[in-house]
Amino acid sequence: MLQKGSQTGMAAEFLPPRILPSGDAAITVEFSRRIDDDANRRVLALDRRLKAAPIAGITETVPTYRSLLVHYDPLQIDFDSLASRLIALAAQPVTDAIASKHWRIPVAYGGEHGIDLDDVAKTLNLTPDALIARHTAPVYRVAMIGFTPGWSYLSGLDPALELSRRQEPRLRTPPGTISIGGVQTGIQCIAGPSGWHLLGRTPVRTYQLQRDPVFLLEPGDTLNLYAIDAKTFAEMDRAAEHGEIVAELAAS
Amino acid sequence: MSRLIVTNIGPATSVQDAGRFGAQRYGLTPSGAMDRLALATANALAGNPQFTAAIELGPFGATFTAQDGPIRIAVAGASRGIKIDDRVLPLNQSATLMPGERLVLGAAREGVFSYLAIEGGIQGEAAFGSLSVNARAGLGSPVPRPLQSGDHLDVRAASERTEHALPVLPLSPDPIRVVLGPQDDEFGDAVKTFLDGTWTISATSDRMGYRLEGPVIRHQHGHNIVSDGTVNGSIQVPGNGQPIVLMPDRGTTGGYPKIATVIGADFGRFAQMPPGRPFRFQAVSVAEARRAAITFAALLHDLPARMADVAHFEFNVAALQNANVAGSAVNAVDARTWQSELQQDQQP
Repeated sequence: MLQKGSQTGMAAEFLPPRILPSGDAAITVEFSRRIDDDANRRVLALDRRLKAAPIAGITETVPTYRSLLVHYDPLQIDFDSLASRLIALAAQPVTDAIASKHWRIPVAYGGEHGIDLDDVAKTLNLTPDALIARHTAPVYRVAMIGFTPGWSYLSGLDPALELSRRQEPRLRTPPGTISIGGVQTGIQCIAGPSGWHLLGRTPVRTYQLQRDPVFLLEPGDTLNLYAIDAKTFAEMDRAAEHGEIVAELAAS
Repeated sequence: MSRLIVTNIGPATSVQDAGRFGAQRYGLTPSGAMDRLALATANALAGNPQFTAAIELGPFGATFTAQDGPIRIAVAGASRGIKIDDRVLPLNQSATLMPGERLVLGAAREGVFSYLAIEGGIQGEAAFGSLSVNARAGLGSPVPRPLQSGDHLDVRAASERTEHALPVLPLSPDPIRVVLGPQDDEFGDAVKTFLDGTWTISATSDRMGYRLEGPVIRHQHGHNIVSDGTVNGSIQVPGNGQPIVLMPDRGTTGGYPKIATVIGADFGRFAQMPPGRPFRFQAVSVAEARRAAITFAALLHDLPARMADVAHFEFNVAALQNANVAGSAVNAVDARTWQSELQQDQQP
């Protein structure tokens, strides 16, 4: 059964952010409880500040929709010292001048490439073409990459397309899947389990081991999706298999 | 150069080292050894740096054969019967396989994972600084998948050094220590249920996650949160209220609230918990967890200094004679365990 989604509705943002322990070797810096564009900008801004001026003891950072996970070595720095430095950095104003790339990503919608497209359109009271038009309209931002390599979660989904995840997740969904889950839409790179609704597939590999760069998208990058037909998908997929990027890099 | 031939092997056995860090921001799973103390112990005995890539053996038995030259090995972690041809080899003791000799490992008896370290490590090509197998991402070397019968590993010929031993430490029955959070505020009174409860690990567990069975943990605000970052030991609670502890092959982000996190010093001990054995959690402060991390790091660092030459090491001969070697039943472990593909609850 498909159900119309609703946004997780807790009180909004945290200023200053909440500093939450994730065990003894990571801190979650949480800016909001929900998907929030402003919170995501703050996450990315803090991430870039830490990249520009590294704090000794931080081993890596993982930006997500509304929080930054900061992994650290507890032998090098303690929680309280790191927490106070993170709070100070997070208090700086977001300048918004986050350098990022803008991509155009081809998608073959529907049919064998997007087996849920017709059902989703029906549930949302749209024609499949209208659904595709609404899904390709926004400029999306890569809010986070996670779960499996290259799985890129996008912010900017048209609220009319929000849809709760499936009751029964599928154990294997194809590489390159473009799907909707709740208020989120995303680009999946490698085959894997998913409870999201499958709208289409892109030939673009956001992760490809033998290619430079191995990871195509960076959190904070923006992108447009555009529809291609199955024949174009097959051609691009072959090229991508041989290491071509096939996504277009546009001037931002 | 010598070669170690995989003569016979069960599921869930793969090459692992410290893991692959630095690209979790791109969704790259860290992988790496389930029990770092056991990995470091086997490596110390084989004369290697502590997190050199070794063979991580799941609960089943395995047989290896040396070829072309001598190979120095040591096995640590879960206890199991070990024989070189007809000679019994104790756990935590190095030995040298001569060409043609077979190393026969039984099923795990106490714990789940053992580490077979090889002097000089395993020849392979590192990706993101690691040989660890992550089959889904196509990573791992020399093969990007669990080992199979017929595989062979290129290794260094054994040096002339003497054999070494370390005492076998019994697994502590103490509670598994956790730091509450990051989303313990989603659970209210259920945090007490979690800490007061007696838990067991379900047989449908693997290197991605251990499913817990015990009291139902209720969410106050529903079980869907916005996906955020995970760590080894994150205890996430899906809609059915039965927690899943995320292990090294975890997704780098997850969309269920996380009630607590297993501390680093107890993570390996937790990973060795056999399915069905009751245990409890205990909440500690971040400061206490850090002190435990410092003690744990010192323990790993001191392993080489604590080793004794085998000629001066006393061990319990009677216990060895009762050793349970390959071919014996895999007790308390379902054959489907440790080879599940991906779990339904692991999804974006």
